[in-house]
Amino acid sequence: MDLLRKLKPKFWDHYDVASGPQKQLFNFRRIWLLAVLWTVGVSLVPLIFITVLDYRATRKGIESEIRLRTARLVSNTRRSVTFFLEERLSAIQFITRLQPCRDFGNSGQLREILENLKQSFGGFVDLGIIDAEGNQRTYAGPFPLAGKNYRDQEWFQQAVRKGHYISDVFLGYRRMPHLVIAVKHQLNDGSYHLLRATLDMERFNQLISGLEISGSGDALLINHRGVLQTPSRLYGPVLQDIALPIPTFSSKTEVLEERNLKGEPLIVGYAYIADSPFILMIVKQRKELMKEWYWTRVELLGFLGLSIVVILIVILGTATYLVEQIYLADQRRVAMLHKVEYANKLASIGRLAAGVAHEINNPLAIINEKAGLIKDIFSFKREFQAEPRLIALMDSIIASVERCAAVTRRLLRFARHMEVSIQTINLEEVVREVLGFIGKEAEYRDIAVSVQVQGEIPPFESDRGKLQQIFLNIINNALAAIGDGGRLDILLRRVDERSVSVTFIDNGRGIPAEDLKRVFEPFFTTKASQGGTGLGLSITYGLVQELGGSIQVESTVGKGTRFAVHLPLKYEKRSREIDASTVSG
Amino acid sequence: MRVLLVDDEAELVSTLAERLSFRGIEADWVTTGEEALKQVEEQRYAVGVLDVKIPRISGLALKKRLEEKCPEMKFIFLTGHGSEEDFLIGSAEAGADYYLIKPVDLNLLIEKLNEITKK
Repeated sequence: MDLLRKLKPKFWDHYDVASGPQKQLFNFRRIWLLAVLWTVGVSLVPLIFITVLDYRATRKGIESEIRLRTARLVSNTRRSVTFFLEERLSAIQFITRLQPCRDFGNSGQLREILENLKQSFGGFVDLGIIDAEGNQRTYAGPFPLAGKNYRDQEWFQQAVRKGHYISDVFLGYRRMPHLVIAVKHQLNDGSYHLLRATLDMERFNQLISGLEISGSGDALLINHRGVLQTPSRLYGPVLQDIALPIPTFSSKTEVLEERNLKGEPLIVGYAYIADSPFILMIVKQRKELMKEWYWTRVELLGFLGLSIVVILIVILGTATYLVEQIYLADQRRVAMLHKVEYANKLASIGRLAAGVAHEINNPLAIINEKAGLIKDIFSFKREFQAEPRLIALMDSIIASVERCAAVTRRLLRFARHMEVSIQTINLEEVVREVLGFIGKEAEYRDIAVSVQVQGEIPPFESDRGKLQQIFLNIINNALAAIGDGGRLDILLRRVDERSVSVTFIDNGRGIPAEDLKRVFEPFFTTKASQGGTGLGLSITYGLVQELGGSIQVESTVGKGTRFAVHLPLKYEKRSREIDASTVSG
Repeated sequence: MRVLLVDDEAELVSTLAERLSFRGIEADWVTTGEEALKQVEEQRYAVGVLDVKIPRISGLALKKRLEEKCPEMKFIFLTGHGSEEDFLIGSAEAGADYYLIKPVDLNLLIEKLNEITKK
């Protein structure tokens, strides 16, 4: 909270009650807020807009890259699987065309062919010759399948109908998953038989399981009914139904987005393998693939966040500094205005005083002369000389007139000093003159006022009117703080070769430390309810500065206050600056 | 010694004249510049005591006109705006011999009158 209070600019709590219709113009908090909002808006909106665009473009780029890579992998794998199957189908077809030279009824020969096939192509398990009735006439292979009838099996019917057939994976008589390539061989007499080869599942599975798939993915083959044809890491063993929808037919490689049973997003690339019951599928975890995007996103959002913080700091700092400067300039302007107002008021009082003094002076002169004449008559005519009281009465009237005259003379002098003039000053005389104005108040309130002079104070050049005003303000303040029966000591002292000081020490109620720093600020007052303007000491401060001097204040609550005014013995004109840098507390 | 007193306050100058006469100084008084100019034609005066503010003509201008008529005449000014500085400025500019502040100290006036006429 303390830090916040320290950071809070001066204008924040400013409220100018006197600003009137221009209130908006001098609402510094509003100016600050507008400046901040506009600059923040203008700088952050495009930044955020660009970042959002970049965010979306990058995400789209990464997504399409993922799709493209998946599609390429599917396409390449399809080519391998297709080639694997076609190569073996072609081999079987080639063998059937060699029929005139070969006697397939001889199982020895069939075994020879199987051996050759295994060595040349690999991936074959057994071979069999099946007649038109579906009976396996000859068999070469590790299983006891000779004489088995296949008429009811689908691959047999399809091969008879189409001429050749690649089956999906099934258990068959051997009760093991396998797939079959069957080729129909039409003989010249119209009869036919089928050459059937069983493929090695291990070799077939290797085609798929050997793939390196990013994103915790899986590659697998299913048939058109959604039954797994190769074992899958994610979806179970061969011949199990896959827990994914069967992709719709397309002659091209396709990539689509799916969700698994847990609802996690998946990227699924697939392709139908021509002339076979297989669908190649590559399934990847979208979350894994987007990991790369995650870091890009962190970088992007981090950059955005950092930029926003830097922009905000710069904008807040600049706006606060600028508005503070405007505020200070405005405070100076207001203080100047008030000073001018105050000076005008004093000048008016001066003119008024001069007018009154002049108007009173003439009747006073008449009273003086008339009283003098009466006194003359009493003095010069013998018949009145027996009445000494009459002379005494006249003397009393004349003395009173002289007192009045002293007052009017003082008023006239005061009025004349409203105008700036540098003259030779007797400091003690100026202090006593000011005390003359307020002497009565001190007397009524039983305040003891003393003036002490330490050392010799030479006459020096200064502005008598300003000095009067400075002393009058300080003494007035002191009198306001002192209780009845208190005391005010005024000490005049030669400080050094170049300066003198006038110190006013009272035993009044003192000023609290937090107020002490502000007593010279314009409009700072603790006497607002008694009509204080908060200008007295501020003007005093300005006047002391104008005279090239300085003013210090020290105070202890309950004990009293001490104002020390230092004045140079040589007058140099200085411009007035409102700051409290020389104020000591 | 004969003195001419000029001030728009008849009450003041008449009393002053009477008091001077008690002290053996003959004094005539008038309240306007015109009367003063007329008066000097009829009577010769050693000193003119003039208010600096007389209706229609300033004390300084009147002093110049009177001087033209009576070059040997001396002058003392009276003013309601009394101060030592006024005196210095007034005497330097107008060549007045003295400058007294109202209310006038009669003894001081007599002292100055004697001083001037002895010069």
